[in-house]
Amino acid sequence: MNWTWFHKLGSPKWFYEISGRWLPWLSISAALLILVGAVMGLAFAPPDYQQGNSFRIIYIHVPAAFLAQSTYISLAIAGIVGLVWKMKIADVAVQQAAPIGAWMTVIALLTGAVWGKPTWGAWWVWDARLTAMLILLFLYFGIIALGHAITNRDSAAKACAILAIVGVVNIPIIKYSVDWWNTLHQPATFTITEKPAMPMEMWLPLLIMTIGFYCFFAAVLLMRMRIEVLRRESRTRWAQAEVARQIGRSA
Amino acid sequence: MSNVFTLLLVRETRLMFRRPAELVNPLVFFSIVIALFPLAVGPESQLLQTISPGLLWVAALLAVLLSLDGLFRSDFEDGSLEQWVVSPHPLVVMVLAKVLAHWLYCGLALVMLSPLLALMLGLPTQHIPTLLLSLLLGTPVLSLLGAVGAALTVGLKRGGILLALLILPLYIPVLILGSGVIQAALQGLPTTGYLLWMASLTMLTLTLAPFAIAAGLRISVAE
Amino acid sequence: MSFDSFSEFLAMGNHGVYVWSSYGISFVILLLNVALPILARQRYLKNEARRLRREAQQ
Repeated sequence: MNWTWFHKLGSPKWFYEISGRWLPWLSISAALLILVGAVMGLAFAPPDYQQGNSFRIIYIHVPAAFLAQSTYISLAIAGIVGLVWKMKIADVAVQQAAPIGAWMTVIALLTGAVWGKPTWGAWWVWDARLTAMLILLFLYFGIIALGHAITNRDSAAKACAILAIVGVVNIPIIKYSVDWWNTLHQPATFTITEKPAMPMEMWLPLLIMTIGFYCFFAAVLLMRMRIEVLRRESRTRWAQAEVARQIGRSA
Repeated sequence: MSNVFTLLLVRETRLMFRRPAELVNPLVFFSIVIALFPLAVGPESQLLQTISPGLLWVAALLAVLLSLDGLFRSDFEDGSLEQWVVSPHPLVVMVLAKVLAHWLYCGLALVMLSPLLALMLGLPTQHIPTLLLSLLLGTPVLSLLGAVGAALTVGLKRGGILLALLILPLYIPVLILGSGVIQAALQGLPTTGYLLWMASLTMLTLTLAPFAIAAGLRISVAE
Repeated sequence: MSFDSFSEFLAMGNHGVYVWSSYGISFVILLLNVALPILARQRYLKNEARRLRREAQQ
């Protein structure tokens, strides 16, 4: 396998150019997929036989929760890449992806709470999955706070990477212990994602939404990373030329 | 290598006994937090007994957390941490000695104090061994994970609240398992399985955390 | 289409408030995530433009 692309990714200039080419496609597909998924989920999917129409909330809740978890895992992967290969772009990715992941966790928590009101009769129930999401949010807060507290840019990235790796080792343990805690204290209620054999019209919008959310994440991450790369590389000639070009365009 | 380990342990012991107040402070904090709860929720013994596993665990966790802020601070300020990092001895071993010392003088002391407070909360005497075992297995995890946070924040001026923010979410599995074991015992359920889970968690943390602590210290020193 | 009329679609079988509010909140948060980097970029470019002008004057 040819690994040159991997080493090229380490070069901020190359990243800036290639991401500029990807960004429009990602943004368009994210917008289209989310729009189509939302319309299909809201209008065309049949209502659930138990939960009625409130189950339509899962078309946001599940993709957001999925994305929130995989973002944390990707933080750790980017952290390992940054620590092992000293790749600057990975450092940028760790710090720029964390806030997006935190926002996704917020979406998952809020929609879960709203869904809980008609289903359980309370805004918040200490359900195993919701509780695990809440803990994930705290983990994100820790990474963001640590990144802001350390002034040296490289140390901040490395410290965040280590915290993300420690967190990712902890996530399965947290998940299992919360599940166990839940069974110890209350009988299992039915949860937002438990679906016995969804028909095609029900899970197709879910699939579209999930892909749409992933595209959305990629697009926003690239947008955030591009600004940060410009900022970090402000002493190099290519970044100065790019900034001058952008200023000329906006003026 | 083991020579460095024992030397460091002896050094930590000496330092610790030079400042006995710091040795006692977490214990006093632990007792005060436990005493706050009957004052807050009322002296009804049935209620206190039901919530006592959680109370003891949360109080122990907070006491360990408070003592962690100073774990590497004085070594960082007088420069001995830098010497550790550049010394030919493996940093992981030195870190392990440091954390072991912390656990001996903070964690173990809390474990020994806990039966007294448990009796005051009305935990039945036959469940005291379970409590002791769960704390004995859990407090090393608290010290080790906390040391990761302490290593990452040692260079910062106001690391205290940040340390709590970083570490408390990571403490959740220990808290759940530790207090769950005692609750299971109170309900008359078998506890051996859960205690074995806790033991495996302790072993996992013991093998992995020192590397994270060492990496964190390297970053903080390099800054 | 699983609804007969538009008013039924809005009502969502008495769960309208929950469904629409959660979709609303989520889309606001998604838009916020798009807006934040765009605003940050504009702010950065403006600062850079100001700095370049100042350097040109000197």
